[in-house]
Amino acid sequence: MPDRRGYFGIYGGRFVPETLMPALEELEEAFFHSLRDKNFQLQLTHLQKTYIGRPTPLYFAERLTEHLGGAKIYLKREDLAHTGAHKINNAVAQVLLAKMMGKKRVIAETGAGQHGVATATGAALFGLDCEIYMGTEDMERQVLNVFRMKLLGAKVTEVPTGSRTLKDAINEALRDWTSSVRTTHYVMGTVFGPHPFPVMVRHFQSVIGRETKRQILAAEGRLPDYLIACVGGGSNAMGLFYAFLADAVEMIGVEAGGKGIETGEHAARFAGGSIGVFQGCKSYLLQDNNGNVLGTHSVSAGLDYASIGPEHSFLKDSGRVRYAYATDDEALAAFELLSKTDGIIPALESAHALAEVGKRAPALSQNTLMVVNLSGRGDKDVQHVARIKGIKL
Amino acid sequence: MKTRISETFKKLRKLGKKAFIPYIMTGDPSLEKTKEIVLLFEECGADIVELGVPFSDPLADGPTIQRAAERALQNGTTLRTVLSFVSNLRQVTQIPLVLMTYFNPVFRYGTEDFISNARNAGIDGVIIPDLPPDEAGDFVRTSRSHGLDTIFLLAPTSTEKRIKRVTKASHGFIYYVAIAGITGANLLLDGSMEILIAHIRQYTENPIAVGFGVSTPDDAAHVAKLSDGVIIGSAIVKRLHENPDKLKDYLFSLRQAIT
Ligand SMILES: Cc1ncc(COP(=O)(O)O)c(C=O)c1O
Repeated sequence: MPDRRGYFGIYGGRFVPETLMPALEELEEAFFHSLRDKNFQLQLTHLQKTYIGRPTPLYFAERLTEHLGGAKIYLKREDLAHTGAHKINNAVAQVLLAKMMGKKRVIAETGAGQHGVATATGAALFGLDCEIYMGTEDMERQVLNVFRMKLLGAKVTEVPTGSRTLKDAINEALRDWTSSVRTTHYVMGTVFGPHPFPVMVRHFQSVIGRETKRQILAAEGRLPDYLIACVGGGSNAMGLFYAFLADAVEMIGVEAGGKGIETGEHAARFAGGSIGVFQGCKSYLLQDNNGNVLGTHSVSAGLDYASIGPEHSFLKDSGRVRYAYATDDEALAAFELLSKTDGIIPALESAHALAEVGKRAPALSQNTLMVVNLSGRGDKDVQHVARIKGIKL
Repeated sequence: MKTRISETFKKLRKLGKKAFIPYIMTGDPSLEKTKEIVLLFEECGADIVELGVPFSDPLADGPTIQRAAERALQNGTTLRTVLSFVSNLRQVTQIPLVLMTYFNPVFRYGTEDFISNARNAGIDGVIIPDLPPDEAGDFVRTSRSHGLDTIFLLAPTSTEKRIKRVTKASHGFIYYVAIAGITGANLLLDGSMEILIAHIRQYTENPIAVGFGVSTPDDAAHVAKLSDGVIIGSAIVKRLHENPDKLKDYLFSLRQAIT
């Protein structure tokens, strides 16, 4: 747990304009109350089971394991959750909370579009108005998800400023929230931003790790040796890791290496960043010497972000979790590999975690157990990958 | 503690007058232009000048100041260049200067170094919109010891608890945000501001200046009646770029309206 002010060690906090401070205090209270609220818990559990489709399977990827010839690889199938990614776990819970708080409208940022789709879905489910902010560049590479959001009744607002990706969408969503805070809840999509978002989103995602623990014990009679997840803001990784933090399990978070760290075109905050204060919290940040935020690049919109959840910075400094990165090319190769070996097209984000598996698994013994968070399915990326390969659909 | 800002408000209060506080983004479109504008502000009767520091992600600002920040950044304006600009400016004017900056440039610069260098350069106060008092304990203490005023924001959404906390941490003046929103939005004068400012006054003797959304001389006149000073930003920046010939007349009309 973070401290009372939302700090994980020296990371976190609440750095926002005064206009939002009362809303964050109200949200903090509502969230901590919901943990003890039977009615909220019953509704959420019911929705997880009947609407989201939980528990999601833990699948032994036999052919990928064979292909790599080392560690035994399990995939936690968040791609099979409703709307196709782990984002729904958090979005439905936050929209339910917003409804209980009496809010009439929800807004969200989105990068890959999965969080936008998940929030639009939650809003449709509970009958709230919904507006999603998305950078122009992301709208181009995730066209399918833009249309899905519109089908779900959400308004999608293009953000053409700055780097025209996730960070700019968050700026715009925060500006909207500053103007609409009395009636609107901001559904932050990852373990980032001002307290209580990092702890709240982790809590709503931690169901992933709790299920995984039960499932691996049932399948193998013991805990895994490795957990591997990609890290954008860090919600699918925290969701998987949290239940195992006190166990003797190695954990690896995989950032986006883009075109390579040396090119400067990447989103590997731990490889190229330093401590900063950005969009509500203190954490590692890709910034220049004057404290301006640098542009980032990743083939995957969901990992293309200049900062990282504060709890990850804490876990990195303490050494509890190790962080690696995968380049665009490595992720694209992993994207194709899993499609062929196991008939599962992963999201490009998740493909970064799979790329790390590809580097480690072959050297490990066959009784090593590795669990990878397959955070989303790749349907949304199919057009983008075709374009990269120069194939006209 | 006596500071240039507190002395200014004291003098105005004695005269029964209100402060005119215009804003300009430093380095937009150039440092020479900014200097010219600050001197024009003084000529037009400004009491305090607010200088913006450009930042890549100004989340409390509307499109006008966002674009001003982009232009200033393109010209290579940084927190460092702003401080040396102010040192220079101090050779030609003694008008109280307040810096408006986001926190990350300050954090990156080194908070203590920033406070002492800003003070040495001749800055009188700082406003950091994304640094609420809850995160500013050390910042306020160090600023106090250097005689730098820490100006915090209150908003229409502020609760009793927030008002207490913000008034306690604020020195120089309190910045009351006229609308729940970002800079450059439209002002809505529905009578609630009067009630909220009266409420804030129960907790502080500090002057209260109002900004965000003030655009016309009529707005300024209305707001001045309820407060101790009026801050005008986006509307000035907009005129500077769209209608520079009219800027001086506009500033004079604001000055006349603020009584
Ligand atoms: C499928 C998928 N995985 C991972 C991410 C990265 O987010 P996080 O690090 O919060 O899990 C995203 C974000 O859009 C996503 O859509």
